[in-house]
Amino acid sequence: MGAVAPYVPFLLGGVQVTLQITFAAIALAVPVAFILAFARMSPFRAMRWAGGFVIETFRGSSAVVQLFWAFYVLPLFGINLSPVAAGILVLGLNEGSYFSEVVRASLRSISAGQREATVALHLPRFFAFRSVILPQALPVMIPPFGNALVLMLKFSALVSLVTIQDLSFRAGLIATSLGTSGTVYGLVLCIYFALALMLAGAVMVLERRVNRWAGRDDTARSGFFTRRQSSVPPWAFGR
Amino acid sequence: MQAETAGARQSSTPAGILEMRGIRKEFDGRVVLDDVDLDLAAGEKLALIGPSGSGKTTVLRMAIGLTKPDAGLIRIEDKYLWHEQRDGRLVPAGEKHARVARRPVGMVFQQFNLFPHFTALENVREPMVQVLRLSRDEAGSRAMELLRKVGLSEHCHKRPGQLSGGQQQRVAIARSLGLEPKIMLFDEVTSALDPELVGEVLRVLRDLAHATDMAMLLVTHEMNFAADIADRVLMFDAGKIVESGPPSQVLVTPRMPRTRQFLRAVNDR
Repeated sequence: MGAVAPYVPFLLGGVQVTLQITFAAIALAVPVAFILAFARMSPFRAMRWAGGFVIETFRGSSAVVQLFWAFYVLPLFGINLSPVAAGILVLGLNEGSYFSEVVRASLRSISAGQREATVALHLPRFFAFRSVILPQALPVMIPPFGNALVLMLKFSALVSLVTIQDLSFRAGLIATSLGTSGTVYGLVLCIYFALALMLAGAVMVLERRVNRWAGRDDTARSGFFTRRQSSVPPWAFGR
Repeated sequence: MQAETAGARQSSTPAGILEMRGIRKEFDGRVVLDDVDLDLAAGEKLALIGPSGSGKTTVLRMAIGLTKPDAGLIRIEDKYLWHEQRDGRLVPAGEKHARVARRPVGMVFQQFNLFPHFTALENVREPMVQVLRLSRDEAGSRAMELLRKVGLSEHCHKRPGQLSGGQQQRVAIARSLGLEPKIMLFDEVTSALDPELVGEVLRVLRDLAHATDMAMLLVTHEMNFAADIADRVLMFDAGKIVESGPPSQVLVTPRMPRTRQFLRAVNDR
């Protein structure tokens, strides 16, 4: 352990890189997931097909190979991505493809009756989605989103393969220079575990907030201590 | 009143507010509606009765564009739902045209379908804001007035989950009325309720039917209720209208054996 101690600041620098990549990639994955889910639910066959093609391509092939493609092969076609850009792009599109199925299933989980009510009330389609369907579907998505976020954290170690100095990359460097790997990889394992716990905790907070937004929180429902005037976030009612 | 209903019964005039001609619909090869014609005059209250699966609910869903017929014409006021006039000819039209054409129609569902994350007031108010383009204040005060009419003003800040089924259905009725429809569709609105809650909803509907000049199309299994408020009753069986006439005839002295058999079964419950 003592031999590793001087390297700890160096490792913590890696934590920062890992978290940056993770958050950037998930920030890309969420809009990608929504876009792909909409494509899959489109009334147009070509859109459904295109969405399905993208999803199956990213789900169905090795992420490592995709990463090498983005980093080593795309430059041959004149597209030069920095290692960080390549890493974020591949991680984001991968996770986005997986998560699009969660988004789709959550939107589908809202009963046909709710959708039919928006039609029978002649509600504009955008309002129907943003204010009726989404507030009910979003809470369903949050627990799987927590999964996706933690997976993304672990998944992000892949970017060390394209020279990004994240936590895993730096652990490898230290192990090589010390000639022993046990302590440093043990330490890194603990760091990943701690990060994952923190992310899971953050998602629990997010879940509570989304539930409150969507009018789902139970203290308000009971009406015991509070009498809520409105259950819906202000943004839901904008014109 | 008597003169009005008598006039309303001559419903096959072109002045009818809703007209269906030659409506046909199959689901998975099963014929649900088989060449159905239906006319509704402005202000007329029409009750649809018949065994489940006979196509009554499908007729309602078609009148508001939730289900598209395989064949036939649907006219609402002066617009055809799935067709438009071009060079004097009727040509098929799409979803966008249908959205405009079905605007005079409102519907109340068996399962209420209130928005669970909105309060009762928001359920009634928001469609008025979105569709009638009223200010939130104006819509809010109209919504409160409607909730008062259905006897729920003191529950206006509760969400559907905090209300009984009967209360939820009354909110749903207020919500539909808020959009000032000319035709209201009621799809077995008491069938999902506990028996003791049926009365309060029927009372609201009865008051509404007697007070308004809206046309109403009701699918119901409550025969006394149908007899009370309907100008005309249509008996459905196996995707066809088998008998049509005033409630005093169809419900009391039916001509068709199928109607007699159905009414006997309902009354023996």
